[in-house]
Amino acid sequence: MSVETVAGVSLDLNEEGFLTDPSQWNEDVAVALARREGIDPLSERHWEVIRFMRHEFETKGAGPSVRMLAKTSGVPIKELYELFPKGPAKLAAKIAGIPKPRGCI
Amino acid sequence: MHRIVILGAGTGGTLAANRLRRALGPHDASIICVDQDDRHVYQPGLLFVPFGRTGLNELIRPRARQIHRGIEYRCDVVESVDIFAHVVHLAKGGELAYDVLVVASGAVLAPEETEGLTGPGWMEKVFTFYTPDGAAALAKAMATFSSGRIVVNIVDLPIKCPVAPLEFCFLADAYFRQRQLRDRVQLSLVTPLDGAFTKPIAAKHLGGMLSERGIELVTEFNTGEVDGTGGRLISFDGREVPFDLAVVIPAHSGAPYVAKSPGLGDALGFVPTDEHTLQSLAAPNVFAIGDATSLAVSKAGSVAHFEGEVLVENIQRFLKGEPLDASYDGHVNCFIETGSFKALLIDFNDEVEPETGHYPGRVGLPLLKESRLNHLGKLMFQWFYWHLLLPGRNVPGISSAMPLKGKDRPVAKRREEVAR
Repeated sequence: MSVETVAGVSLDLNEEGFLTDPSQWNEDVAVALARREGIDPLSERHWEVIRFMRHEFETKGAGPSVRMLAKTSGVPIKELYELFPKGPAKLAAKIAGIPKPRGCI
Repeated sequence: MHRIVILGAGTGGTLAANRLRRALGPHDASIICVDQDDRHVYQPGLLFVPFGRTGLNELIRPRARQIHRGIEYRCDVVESVDIFAHVVHLAKGGELAYDVLVVASGAVLAPEETEGLTGPGWMEKVFTFYTPDGAAALAKAMATFSSGRIVVNIVDLPIKCPVAPLEFCFLADAYFRQRQLRDRVQLSLVTPLDGAFTKPIAAKHLGGMLSERGIELVTEFNTGEVDGTGGRLISFDGREVPFDLAVVIPAHSGAPYVAKSPGLGDALGFVPTDEHTLQSLAAPNVFAIGDATSLAVSKAGSVAHFEGEVLVENIQRFLKGEPLDASYDGHVNCFIETGSFKALLIDFNDEVEPETGHYPGRVGLPLLKESRLNHLGKLMFQWFYWHLLLPGRNVPGISSAMPLKGKDRPVAKRREEVAR
């Protein structure tokens, strides 16, 4: 756990860099967090995914897995990997300020 | 008289039906169990088929025979469920009205979701041991395999029995050692996870066991394409792993009717379910058990067994209009076959990860440690499965709530839990 000031907001982050309090998030925070992950600038398509992640978290209490994200967000899985390289669900969750999607084991 | 309809006569459906029949008198409820065929597969046994250690005929029994007297068995395909009208639509048998519905239709494989997986090379050099036919075909390929690279690939989670791919690697290592070919065969486990397992203590332990055996571990690999002709796994981010023989665990979905029934399932066809009561979030009179749920708990027979107790209690409470019992704790228990007639046992839940110690108490089977006793336990389990687990009997000493008493735990952690 660490506290860092990002985009003028004091954020509580866990050891992997995920926000522990999703209410500390705002759009400027997302821009700054994305930059730290090498995504700059955030395109409209990125925002679509980020907003979708926030919505899923707010309505279901957890962010979706990549496969679920591709099936429900309307953004195909290949494009998700282009937008958020390596692990779209993990990275988009981090930038959206929600917890890392739970592993299923 | 209440009408209870159970969709699926696999592990969860069969044990739920048998437990419900014992709990409810013949004049209290009618119970109908539906499945699309009459082949009940002992799925844990499929792991041993590719190594010629068991045959399909030893693993398959009629579904109807596992279901006790007083339960009607219907062999039919479920088309859809109308959760608003409380009706199940069947392909040939019309409609079934219910007061309580239990979704126990498990998980199905979705190999078609991965580009190329069922294309050229499928069942020739690309196999899965997660189906009876796949396991039998793989047995033939293994018997003639004498050199090259075998990859074991998990496409996506969740999967049934998440430790089975690891067990396959351990058994393959032992199999080729025994055939004195081990130095000519490379083995790799290719997984989307960042380690051998999700839970840190077990991941470290199992990761160590892979490297001791010279089995390569490729992590954070999200398979986008399987090129059977060229012998390559290709990830979504462009990495490649070559193979001569691929053992692929395809992505899993819920039964097709779940996604086709408005309001019942999620986008993958699993039923969103309360993790403690097993009541579905879709409707109060719909419950779910086993692999069919969207719970973040392992898709494993032991889970269905532990859930069975809570499910049956809650269906009775629901019928009486009483508040439900929220006691399922995410308890999972599984034997991990490690080759050379040894196995380890892990026991965990949502909060307590797999640890060392003994199960179910201080004297018992060793946890997270290889032993011959655990291997015998795994073999014995097949008998338990048909004779105790499916009939819905409680196994002495092994209850739904996860035991803590045999686990080697730091004293401070134990005090903390007692205080809670």
